[in-house]
Amino acid sequence: MRVFSNRKFPGKLIIVEGIDGSGKSTQLSLLSQWLRSRGFGVVFSEWNSSPLVRNTTKRGKKKSMFTPTTFSLIHATDFADRTERYILPPLRAGSIVCADRYAFTAFARDVARGVPRRWVRNLYNFTVRPNLAFYFRVSLDVALGRILGGRDALKYYEAGMDLHLSRDVEESFRLFQGRIIDEYEAMIDEFGFKVVDATLSIEEQQTQIRKIVEEELDLSHADSLLKSPWRGFTDGNGIALNLL
Amino acid sequence: MATESPLTFYEEGLPGVDISALCGKLIVVEGPDGVGRSTQTTLLRAWLEHQGHAVMDTGMARSALVGKTIKQAKLGNTLGPLTLNLFYATDIADRLENEIIPALRAGFVVLTDRYIYSSIARAIARGSDPAWTRALFGFALRPHAIYYLRCEVADLLPRVVYARGGFDYWESGMDVRLGKDLYESFVRYQAKVMRALDSMAPRYEFEIIDASRPPEKIFADLKSRIDKLLKGKNKKGKRQAAPRKPVAKEVVPVAAPEAVEV
Repeated sequence: MRVFSNRKFPGKLIIVEGIDGSGKSTQLSLLSQWLRSRGFGVVFSEWNSSPLVRNTTKRGKKKSMFTPTTFSLIHATDFADRTERYILPPLRAGSIVCADRYAFTAFARDVARGVPRRWVRNLYNFTVRPNLAFYFRVSLDVALGRILGGRDALKYYEAGMDLHLSRDVEESFRLFQGRIIDEYEAMIDEFGFKVVDATLSIEEQQTQIRKIVEEELDLSHADSLLKSPWRGFTDGNGIALNLL
Repeated sequence: MATESPLTFYEEGLPGVDISALCGKLIVVEGPDGVGRSTQTTLLRAWLEHQGHAVMDTGMARSALVGKTIKQAKLGNTLGPLTLNLFYATDIADRLENEIIPALRAGFVVLTDRYIYSSIARAIARGSDPAWTRALFGFALRPHAIYYLRCEVADLLPRVVYARGGFDYWESGMDVRLGKDLYESFVRYQAKVMRALDSMAPRYEFEIIDASRPPEKIFADLKSRIDKLLKGKNKKGKRQAAPRKPVAKEVVPVAAPEAVEV
């Protein structure tokens, strides 16, 4: 079965994946700032953020209305809206699109919820294969520590409580996110993920990522990419020259 | 006649949903916009209840999860064809799991005004890949019967104009704009949807009902078919009578120019 469309675009698509608490969003936001400062046109798109769909997902989660199938479909709907509006058009225009989670999140999560693997892969083949996919590898203990350090409790769906794996939230989280990790690990070769050790310091991870982006996307020769019209006003590090 | 009990899913189906003890009947009324589906389902419901059957009727965008969202999204100007398609898939999945399957378990006759076939046909008319779209809706339950109310686009025009007072934006496919105005786009869009439905008829085993006849004739036809179905006179594997009209005939009324590919 063909996963993803093979269309080619002037722009570049960079995505990050990993379980909650792996630190991928922090890394992507640092990366996109750096790319902007280099003068590239950067568009940022987050999982679950379509203005048309987001509130429905929120309400459904709050009222525990989802089953594995509808959970999968509502996220695909959200993703379709973002693809049609915020991902494909900027790629056609030559932007670098940075996506915090991509179809792989669904491949891992929905399958961990019991949705047939073949069905969910077919579901997302309207979208394109990313130019670079980073996978942030982290142990369950570290992820759990980071999540609980930042807020009071684990969320119902994040802990997979809808699956009734355990009545204990933390135990359910471990079982469910453990399944997700297994799915991610199995996709590394299939989709060519760049694996980042998410237990390294934030700075170390960012250095690695920038190096990979620079090399893989050949940024200094990427003529098809949009460049900022104000590029002359900034130095190589993105600091406006008139402010120095 | 699509299937006899026990009910099955088209493909892998809905994970975690038990369909082993469904004793009701799932009946689908399909057909293009303005063909008279809702008139027929209203009549059928009253008739079935009069016969002593418990009836649950359902239709597009009536799910608790996304029904309102779909209606709101359609009022705006940013809803893309893919997103619309997936919204409808979510809507059907939610109604299957929370309304249709529980009602079938309780022994109801479930009468649904459209099902996955309209969604598939509309998606194809908007440029979706047919195999992808069919696989997307593979979670659906195979109904006991699918009645496809079929007519020509020319037959729809008076109903749309007289009964509804004009052309609807979405029913005219204006989001993919197939013509200069609502009328032209309606004619081409509905012709595309009908071609898609016609091409799906053998695969999904639609029973084709000639809907160019007056409503009371259509109703009598449906009644006699459903009567047989409920009395178990339709034996498995028995195919229905040939359609009254040729299936794949393409008719574009009035002098509408060639349809534009989406």
